Amino acid sequence: VYGSSRRAGSLEFVTRRGFCLGVLPDGVDRNSEAFATNSNSLAELISELQSQVAKVLLGGGTEAVRRNRSRNKLLPRERIDRLIDPGASFLELSQLAGHELYGEPLPSAGIVTGIGPVHGQLCMIVANDPTVKGGTYYPITVKKHLRAQEIAAQCKLPCIYLVDSGGAFLPKQADVFPDKENFGRIFYNQAIMSAEGIPQIALVLGSCTAGGAYIPAMADESVMVKGNGTIFLAGPPLVKAATGEEVSAEDLGGASVHCKTSGVSDYFAQDELHALALGRNIIKNLHMAGKDILGNGLHNVKYEYQEPLYDAIELRSIAPTDLKQQFDIRSVIARIVDGSEFDEFKKLYGTTLVTGFARIFGQPVGIIGNNGILFNESALKGAHFIEICTQRNIPLVFLQNITGFMVGSKSEANGIAKSGAKMVMAVSCAKVPKITIVVGGSFGAGNYAMCGRAYSPNFMFFWPNARISVMGGAQAAGVLAQIEKANKKKQGIQWSKEEEEEFRAKVVEAYEKEGSPYYSTVRLWDDGIIDPADTRKVIGLCISASMNRAPQNTKFGVFRM
Amino acid sequence: LSSAGEKAAQQRIEKILIANRGEIACRIMRTAKRLGIRTVAIYSDADKDSLHVQSADEAIRIGPPPARFSYLNGSSIVDAAIRSGAQAIHPGYGFLSESADFAQLCEDKGLTFIGPPASAIRDMGDKSASKRIMGAAGVPLVPGYHGNEQDIDKMKLEADKIGYPILIKPTHGGGGKGMRIVHTPNEFVESFLAAQREAAASFGINTILLEKYITRPRHIEVQIFGDKHGNILHLYERDCSVQRRHQKIIEEAPAPDVSNDFREHLGQAAVSAAQAVNYYNAGTVEFIVDTISGQFYFMEMNTRLQVEHPVTEMIVGQDLVEWQIHVANGEVLPLSQSQVPLLGHAFEARIYAENVPKGFLPATGVLHHYHHNPVSSTVRVETGVKEGDAVSMHYDPMIAKLVVWGENRAAALVKLKDCLSKFQVAGLPTNINFLQKLANHQAFENGKVETHFIDNYKDDLFVDPKNSVLAKEAYEATRLGASLAAACLIAKEHLMLTRSPPGGGSLHPIWYANPPFRVHHQAKRSMELEWDNDYDCGGSKLLKLTATCQPDGRYLIETEEQGSPALEVKATYLREHCYRVEADGVSKEVNLAVYVKDHIRHIHVWEGSYHHYFREKTGLELSEDDESQHKPKFEAAAHPRGTVVAPMAGLVVKVMVKNKTKVEEGQPVLVLEAMKMEHVVKAPSSGYVNGLKVTAGEQVSDGSVLFSVKDE
Repeated sequence: VYGSSRRAGSLEFVTRRGFCLGVLPDGVDRNSEAFATNSNSLAELISELQSQVAKVLLGGGTEAVRRNRSRNKLLPRERIDRLIDPGASFLELSQLAGHELYGEPLPSAGIVTGIGPVHGQLCMIVANDPTVKGGTYYPITVKKHLRAQEIAAQCKLPCIYLVDSGGAFLPKQADVFPDKENFGRIFYNQAIMSAEGIPQIALVLGSCTAGGAYIPAMADESVMVKGNGTIFLAGPPLVKAATGEEVSAEDLGGASVHCKTSGVSDYFAQDELHALALGRNIIKNLHMAGKDILGNGLHNVKYEYQEPLYDAIELRSIAPTDLKQQFDIRSVIARIVDGSEFDEFKKLYGTTLVTGFARIFGQPVGIIGNNGILFNESALKGAHFIEICTQRNIPLVFLQNITGFMVGSKSEANGIAKSGAKMVMAVSCAKVPKITIVVGGSFGAGNYAMCGRAYSPNFMFFWPNARISVMGGAQAAGVLAQIEKANKKKQGIQWSKEEEEEFRAKVVEAYEKEGSPYYSTVRLWDDGIIDPADTRKVIGLCISASMNRAPQNTKFGVFRM
Repeated sequence: LSSAGEKAAQQRIEKILIANRGEIACRIMRTAKRLGIRTVAIYSDADKDSLHVQSADEAIRIGPPPARFSYLNGSSIVDAAIRSGAQAIHPGYGFLSESADFAQLCEDKGLTFIGPPASAIRDMGDKSASKRIMGAAGVPLVPGYHGNEQDIDKMKLEADKIGYPILIKPTHGGGGKGMRIVHTPNEFVESFLAAQREAAASFGINTILLEKYITRPRHIEVQIFGDKHGNILHLYERDCSVQRRHQKIIEEAPAPDVSNDFREHLGQAAVSAAQAVNYYNAGTVEFIVDTISGQFYFMEMNTRLQVEHPVTEMIVGQDLVEWQIHVANGEVLPLSQSQVPLLGHAFEARIYAENVPKGFLPATGVLHHYHHNPVSSTVRVETGVKEGDAVSMHYDPMIAKLVVWGENRAAALVKLKDCLSKFQVAGLPTNINFLQKLANHQAFENGKVETHFIDNYKDDLFVDPKNSVLAKEAYEATRLGASLAAACLIAKEHLMLTRSPPGGGSLHPIWYANPPFRVHHQAKRSMELEWDNDYDCGGSKLLKLTATCQPDGRYLIETEEQGSPALEVKATYLREHCYRVEADGVSKEVNLAVYVKDHIRHIHVWEGSYHHYFREKTGLELSEDDESQHKPKFEAAAHPRGTVVAPMAGLVVKVMVKNKTKVEEGQPVLVLEAMKMEHVVKAPSSGYVNGLKVTAGEQVSDGSVLFSVKDE
């Protein structure tokens, strides 16, 4: 039983329930220096983040937007707003992908992706932004498109492609076209998902040239807009060059041609709103309720749930920008789970890893959070807990704040590598939905054990204060400086103190830059940076989306004992 | 007379057939029910589900919608009465109420006609004859010609003798139908012929009388009542001066600005008039009062219960339908003249389905929303329709009569204004806004009513499109109305997402949380609301709004226009159509009615004394994928210049010109008739008539293209 809370609300709760087993204490000292420091630095980070997002939300610039409007076309997010149920939420992914990645701005990588409900059916929506480089595919654009399809395949979400793209960005064709995870994979994924019964719908709202033509052509059903929508393998200029035939875009591959003659498209739309309405109708007519591959994950959900007892805004003050500062992950859990109720598993054992059961918006979850370095015991406890959750089909939420596994002779002798491997095995094979939130550091093998990107969590988000790298910058600088020093010594060169400091500083700087969540999110190592105060909502939406399928059986590999 | 009285005395009325429809049928039934008398309604096919049918104990079908096959079909109605076992027929007003033949037919078939004796109807029905009788009885008359000789030259001569302006009037009928004012001798012929034609169409008799036209008249009428024992009394007067198209729209009792002495004289004159024709039951003697000389003249007597009888009921505290039934039963009037009280003041406003800017032309449509103040001892709403009913082209377009009572005129007027602002009708155009303007006009408040009131103050009562101050005000009010409406609509939508989520609740409700979740930004809703701007060239305008869902559940509403301030609105759904909004520090109730028709969402907002009407395309609800459909619907102003559309739904009664004919601006091209009212469609400019396809006898719908006039 935890100590009493300072908030009247929780006292009331205790009294009404008659017991307070599992209710977490507040855990935050609002008068502490750390609280004030964290609040201030997080406020800065969040305002920086929001201003970056505000920039990308504008799309490809005033002129491009004006041109888009003059063609009676909406912006991609406006299209999505009209496609999903009016007034519904939309979980947008990787808003900042591609941001300042290339020499030129590529807002949201030129493609908007995310999950939202259409007639009550969650769908993955992939919308080209024609105002960004004509909606062409840069390497990062392809990656973002593929990531959306990956999520859709994993969560069995029907895909709706709002197509308005000039196809591959030709100057970067070498990084767009040939490799496995390149442009061709988009159509491969469509085919495979269609085969699995995951509906593939394309709304052609703009051009759909060359390779892009296969998006509607590979779709189960497609809609085309009169005038704006065109599908052809080669546009009028190329046709003229190739065959000498002179033909308008509309006559070559307009909605009339494809809906009436070629059969490439199925529904004729008078304008964009009409097309979006037709898209909604297609989803309405899916009638997938009876299909067992598409459950709704609602059977375990409690509809009566309590909000956390403590204010979610305070998560902005808990998250430290100085990662050396320790904080109790339970104060985070207390602000994201229903009624701040957390029934802790193996609380007294391996205490640097916190494990336990809770609900988020009534949905059961198993939470694994870091409270320090992973020791042998903590890793074993983690593997044990994951096994329990897979047995019961309970989604896992990882709250990462990890510098790594314990090093040193004692640890090695205790088989820390063996224990760590057990946890990595458990994380890898667990076939329950996994959501990873990096709330602090994400370093080294700790990233693996705590379900980093390589372990295919269904979703992965960063807090703006988080850092990710193979190890800390200072540690890396130390290691590299030692090696460099040894090399120089072999060559008989004396390394001055200043030179060494400069060398170290460079390494630290590089790690600093590459460890930033922006560096990560721009490259799509995650699904976005979120405001800590939104954590509960985001996890809630992610779990709901992940439960859109029947439970899977988990089969573990060989655990080294 | 005595034999009728004896018969009625032997057998009291236990069951009444009401030979009418609409509000008056409902009103008569209400009294009958209170007295324990069973009621029989009659209906045409157009009315089979209407309120008066549902209100009756039983209802009998008479015939198809046109009145001459149903509500004017006397013999069928009498048969229905006999078949149902009713002892009496109440004719209401209009239709057969002033048909002496019908009254006679009832008596012949042994049915009590709840109204005056057929002889009195006949005497008073012929306007010329009635004036002769009145003259003989010493009731003052307006100078005029009431002769039988109807030759046009003779009439013109008589007109010249009386002096212009002249009033041309059919001798039969009423309600202003067929009436024409002629200001100069050269207009006489056209007006005279039109009046004859309209009279023939409406009443079957085309005799016309001429009268001196009084330039500043008041229309004051006296309610009289007689029994079959020779007692006649009056129940004071009503002022019905405020009229449009010669039809009353606001009536009041007693008449404002009238001395007791004058009231006494008027009452006496009315009683004398009734006595002259041995009148019994309810009747109204109409007088024209020359406000300049203070003289009053007999105009006509209406031998029936009038539309505006409730204002009299309110000030004398009596139920006139009950009196009618008592009298029909042969009983003595319940009060003597000295016992008739005069209590406070009452107004009646007639709510019509009509197009005020188009010259008060009757309108048709469906009452998608219909809501008014609750009725009480001081507020009456006499109505024959309910929400969902249609106001058809077959009958009178009156929706309701709003009747209010107050201790005095000022108190009653306050109540009238309040009730008008809360009288909500959506689905068809009404005159409510116009009535509000009337009731709020300073001259009306001062009781300075006269028959030309609307014309005299038309600058105040009608929109002046060039008034930029008012235009700005109207725009600001519209913007506020649109902002509040948007907030209410979104609030309702969010509520519905929770109450009945899409997909039948198969999805976790978190996806429909309010405000909707977005990553690092706020969900926005944009709306394009089309509204009718009466100012600045008129026509429909688009108002583009964006509503941003704030974290606290409020909506930040911005209009596209540069520099206009954003409005933060909190909207709470209270109950059907009713919301509480908080904006700019003001919290108030707002009413909303929304219906979808022809892929357009029609949005009505009542906010304070304003009623705003917006239209929004419903793109998401579309399901047609046919190329021929989904055409833009906003094309009211899309017709090329010179095109003339039907200003109302109606029957083409006459086509004066042929295609390719040269016409002058303002030249009559064809005549439409609706609600028995003729409307001359004129050439909008000089040129040649083109594309004229309609022929006489053809029915046209509101807004359909009739013809165009081109330069060559």
